[in-house]
Amino acid sequence: MGNLLEIKNLHAGVEDKEILKGVNLTIKPGEIHVIMGPNGSGKTTTANAILNNPQYKKTEGTIIFDGKDITNKSTDEIARRGVFMSFQLPEEIPGVSVTNFLKYAKNKVTGKPVKIFEFKKELAKYMEELNMNAKNMDRSLNVGFSGGEKKKNEILQMLVLNPKLAILDETDSGLDVDAIKTVSKGIEMFKNGNNAVLIITHNTKILHNLKVDYVHIFVDGKIVKTGKQALAKEIEENGYSKYKNLI
Amino acid sequence: MAKTQLDEVNRNIYDIKNKDNYDYKIKKGLTKEIVEEISKQKNDPDWMREIRLKALETYNKLEMPTWGPDLSELNMDEIATYVRPKSKLNSSWDDVPDDIKNTFDKLGIPEAEKTSLAGVGAQYDSEVVYHSMKDELLKQGVIYTDMETAVREYPDLVKNHFMKCVPISDHKFVALHAAVWSGGSFVYVPKGVKLDMPLQSYFRLNSPESGQFEHTLIIVEEGASLHFIEGCSAPKYNKVNLHAGCVELYVKDNAYLRYSTIENWSKNMLNLNTKKAICGKNAQVDWVSGSFGSRISMLYPMSILNGEGAKTEFTGISFAGKGQNLDNGFKAIHNAPNTSSVVNAKSISKNGGKCTYRSLIRITENAKGSKSSVSCESLMLDDFSVSDTVPTNDIRTDDVEFSHEAKIGKISDKTIFYLMSRGLSEEDAKAMIVRGFAYPISKELPVEYAVEMNNLINLELEGAIG
Repeated sequence: MGNLLEIKNLHAGVEDKEILKGVNLTIKPGEIHVIMGPNGSGKTTTANAILNNPQYKKTEGTIIFDGKDITNKSTDEIARRGVFMSFQLPEEIPGVSVTNFLKYAKNKVTGKPVKIFEFKKELAKYMEELNMNAKNMDRSLNVGFSGGEKKKNEILQMLVLNPKLAILDETDSGLDVDAIKTVSKGIEMFKNGNNAVLIITHNTKILHNLKVDYVHIFVDGKIVKTGKQALAKEIEENGYSKYKNLI
Repeated sequence: MAKTQLDEVNRNIYDIKNKDNYDYKIKKGLTKEIVEEISKQKNDPDWMREIRLKALETYNKLEMPTWGPDLSELNMDEIATYVRPKSKLNSSWDDVPDDIKNTFDKLGIPEAEKTSLAGVGAQYDSEVVYHSMKDELLKQGVIYTDMETAVREYPDLVKNHFMKCVPISDHKFVALHAAVWSGGSFVYVPKGVKLDMPLQSYFRLNSPESGQFEHTLIIVEEGASLHFIEGCSAPKYNKVNLHAGCVELYVKDNAYLRYSTIENWSKNMLNLNTKKAICGKNAQVDWVSGSFGSRISMLYPMSILNGEGAKTEFTGISFAGKGQNLDNGFKAIHNAPNTSSVVNAKSISKNGGKCTYRSLIRITENAKGSKSSVSCESLMLDDFSVSDTVPTNDIRTDDVEFSHEAKIGKISDKTIFYLMSRGLSEEDAKAMIVRGFAYPISKELPVEYAVEMNNLINLELEGAIG
């Protein structure tokens, strides 16, 4: 099968500061990839660059998704092509309920009308699986949600929108053990042979229940080492110092 | 967002101009002869003609307001204050001339009448062309008719209330209104009668370079209850049109009145409207107000809480786009003990539009144990739109609970990116944020109006990007 995502020699940054200094990354359908690395090494920038966040400027390189060059496509088009990102700090939208927001977004992503009755049933099912309070469905999106509720809500959105590639940017940070398990469970529910997950994390706990295909170590805007699941365990024990010396 | 899934309204329905096919249009300007001619055309009784002429004198004495938006573009010599449409008052839509009926059809009035209203009035230019109410209300003694009929058939009720809640000397445009008023609705709800469906009057101004001066007079007797809806719109012309309506509401002891407005005048309209309510003991008046159209709007509904325990709530939203200056707000006068006022005002400005929230909360010495809480929130969609808050709080007793909160915000790029990452275009994202911002107001509106408001928001935001 062809590549789902192919990042070639990507350079990107914020304002005049270059953060990514030549990232190469290939993800195939059915795979789970993990990006680890010290703070400021470019993990979040990579996620934002894939979705072409206008606050991040690309200076070199290309991003191919599902056979199409998406390097300079607008964020909404990239999302409609099947890329999803779970945010570290999800935004609050007062006056727009979780249900209405997701129904609207699903309509935009699929291009098809959403049948409200079936949709609400689907939503309720996912919320139960994710140990979410069903009442949150009618609350304004992320308004007054705890940190854990916001992160679970991101996973809920991933399940509902069913992208081809889900990028989880530190979805596990700040979560307790049970909530991390719930997030892992959400990823398992989502995962199939045709889609892929890119997990950005500091914490290997989230990986314990998942079968990870590749672990990439980011240092100073580049991938300095790629390995299998064992690499994550090594980082857990020894930290990044060994890899910092590589550059 | 369920509401926004409905078909979008085409802006064109508001902008459809019928031919200026009037039966009679008075010459432009404002003189004693013109006021006398209007009075003659309308077959006023003597007492009404005298009110008009006195009001004209007052108008000539009063100065233009020196605060608020600049009104210098208004030239009364260029405004025709009375335009009689080619239609008499009808109680069946079939009898309304086609061009006028089509206009109201497109605005959805006859349809809403069938499904969700207890009665409807429709005014076209200066006269009411349709008025009807369900029979069972008639049997309960409810009166809902045009003001002209009320002057003729209920002269004592009108005499005792007309321009009594809003004194003619209040300001220049009230005096103007009293001199040239025409059309509007009269509602009388007898003691203890509670209407479970709203009454709705719709005001449509079609004629260019003219004014609409309808008078709404509502009396809700003791323990009675009413929801009244007012809708307004006009097509756009290049020259100034003027709206100086007047609304007088009498809410007697233990009575309830909800007054909802969606104002969508065209953007050549100067909307200088005056609305006041007097509340008796334990009475309540709630205002729900959406202000979208107009070039300039100066509108500050006032609740006068004269009876102990009287309550009022104001829920309003203004949306100013390019070239619009919407100076809106609310006034509450607490004249009795244990009265309460709650204000929830929001404004949205974009593309250089200006929204001002101007308010007065007066708690008199007598109003011990009263409460007032004011919250106003503004959203600016770009860097060159303007939002301002001008509150006056005049509190003359210590025994009160009072709070005032004001917030001004912008849509952040982060929020837009978040929504776009879920497949929404930038336009969709902004519209969703704005609809969410307006939701606490739109949920208070009757559903058709909430839909209309969401559609207006979508229309206002179309092409707003870039």
